[in-house]
Amino acid sequence: MSATTPLDPAVIRRDFPIFERKIHGHPLVYLDSAATALKPRAVIEAVDAYNSHHSANVHRGIYTIGEEATAEYEAARQKVARFIGAPDPAEIVFVRNATEAINLVAYAWGRANIGRADTIVTTEMEHHANLVPWQLLAQEKDADLEFVPFDEEGRLIADSYEVLLRTKPKLVAFTHKSNTLGTLNDVRSMVAQAHAAGALVLVDGAQAVPHLPVDVQALGADFYVFSGHKMLAPTGSGALWARRELLEAMPPFMSGGEMIHSVHLRHTTFAEIPYKFEAGTPDVAAAIGLGAAVDYLTALGMENVAAHEEGLTAYALEVLAREIPGLRLHGPHSASERAGVVTFTLPEAHAHDVASLLDREGIAIRAGHHCTQPLHERLGEAATGRVSFNVYSSTEDIDRLVTGLRGVQRIFGRAPATTGA
Amino acid sequence: MDDLYRDEILEHYREPHNFGVLESPDASYEGHNPLCGDRITMMLALDESGTVTDVAFSGRGCAISQASASMLTDEIRGRSLDEVRALKNQDILDLLGIEISPARLKCALLSIDTLHHAIDERDGATGSEPSGVQS
Repeated sequence: MSATTPLDPAVIRRDFPIFERKIHGHPLVYLDSAATALKPRAVIEAVDAYNSHHSANVHRGIYTIGEEATAEYEAARQKVARFIGAPDPAEIVFVRNATEAINLVAYAWGRANIGRADTIVTTEMEHHANLVPWQLLAQEKDADLEFVPFDEEGRLIADSYEVLLRTKPKLVAFTHKSNTLGTLNDVRSMVAQAHAAGALVLVDGAQAVPHLPVDVQALGADFYVFSGHKMLAPTGSGALWARRELLEAMPPFMSGGEMIHSVHLRHTTFAEIPYKFEAGTPDVAAAIGLGAAVDYLTALGMENVAAHEEGLTAYALEVLAREIPGLRLHGPHSASERAGVVTFTLPEAHAHDVASLLDREGIAIRAGHHCTQPLHERLGEAATGRVSFNVYSSTEDIDRLVTGLRGVQRIFGRAPATTGA
Repeated sequence: MDDLYRDEILEHYREPHNFGVLESPDASYEGHNPLCGDRITMMLALDESGTVTDVAFSGRGCAISQASASMLTDEIRGRSLDEVRALKNQDILDLLGIEISPARLKCALLSIDTLHHAIDERDGATGSEPSGVQS
């Protein structure tokens, strides 16, 4: 491991204009970065610069601002490719978010390659985005969908995975990092095992790319998807990476303008990758904003980002267990097996009430099932509270959370307990 | 933080009224809040004139959804089905008497929404004849 340089959230916060506002009279404590990240000025300005100075369409205009827009859009693609270790920018397809990327694969690759009685393996910890598209595909094709379970600490059970791979699945789809439990899955070995069993692998990197160094070639995956808006970029930005030969063999997903080579009344030939998968005018501003977010994160250093968030996770696990009597923590106990997400249940108060009361103190957390209902069924919880971190998060945020949770406990009438959790 | 929930809301949450099940309800429906996965079941017993003679709810949820179900069930006992049908969302918000943010509206209205579904389903099964109670 290379040595890391600590991030200083107090300095980083100056780059995020949203911290200038007050919520119910309090400074904002934003602990919902796993839902979407706050945006730094560099990203806001990049979007503004496109809209103010070269707001032309891409790949069309034979004029200065159109050529500028195209150059910026393609520069963003190159930045994203470098950021995740993709060998070729043409393997980066811009989409709205990870959900769209998974749907693209399910429709374009899935409908051409999954047939009756074929097996798709996924896990019980997936975000609905990496579950529902496979359910629909399996129903349509009369294919089988199987699930790797997780253990008491929210870690995938390796033995069950091995057993499921013996069914010779066509595709294995799993998350790099659980959005609810924070579990970091061992992508490299899971991919190697899947390949040995003859399956292709899709990895949902929505919670990984914003928080740790990702190298898709080192991981060995066939498809890797993520959202830009969780990594400081605007909503409407995201990417699918897939190996060139897969993308070239896949039929289009959406069709229309931009994705064609030549169109006749009864016949069309399609553009080269990645344009074959980018029908219609893309969200140019969002893609350029994503490029600016990549620059911002690269300057901070993803090793440093990962170390910062691991430190916050360890701190949160420790102080919540110590300071909030009765609080139940879900997911791996060790901060090294999880990243940037801490999910909990307070026995005396429902997560929605916790979130509403914390909001009065300017503290934003997620409450509910976080788009992982099957996972919550496994936990036996209808709803949980979730706090999640990003580069601007600090130990002070966690201290304010602890104070807020004490207030919730007081309101919900629990006598201050003298024993630890 | 302390001014968000009135004590009455918290009391209804801790000890909800009419919490339980009816053995053979004349109308029953399970509603759920897709945002959080919370579920409640509303059960009504009716006499031949279509008056609510007994009411119960079960299920778990947040303080706002539980308190609203508790208060609503108190409110409708002894009322005619027509009166219950005429209850509006605003009536529930008035009963709660606290500020409900847009994100919490579904919690506050889960009970009345479920109640109306129970009555609609019973109306459908009885040919929309409010007084034609089946046992």
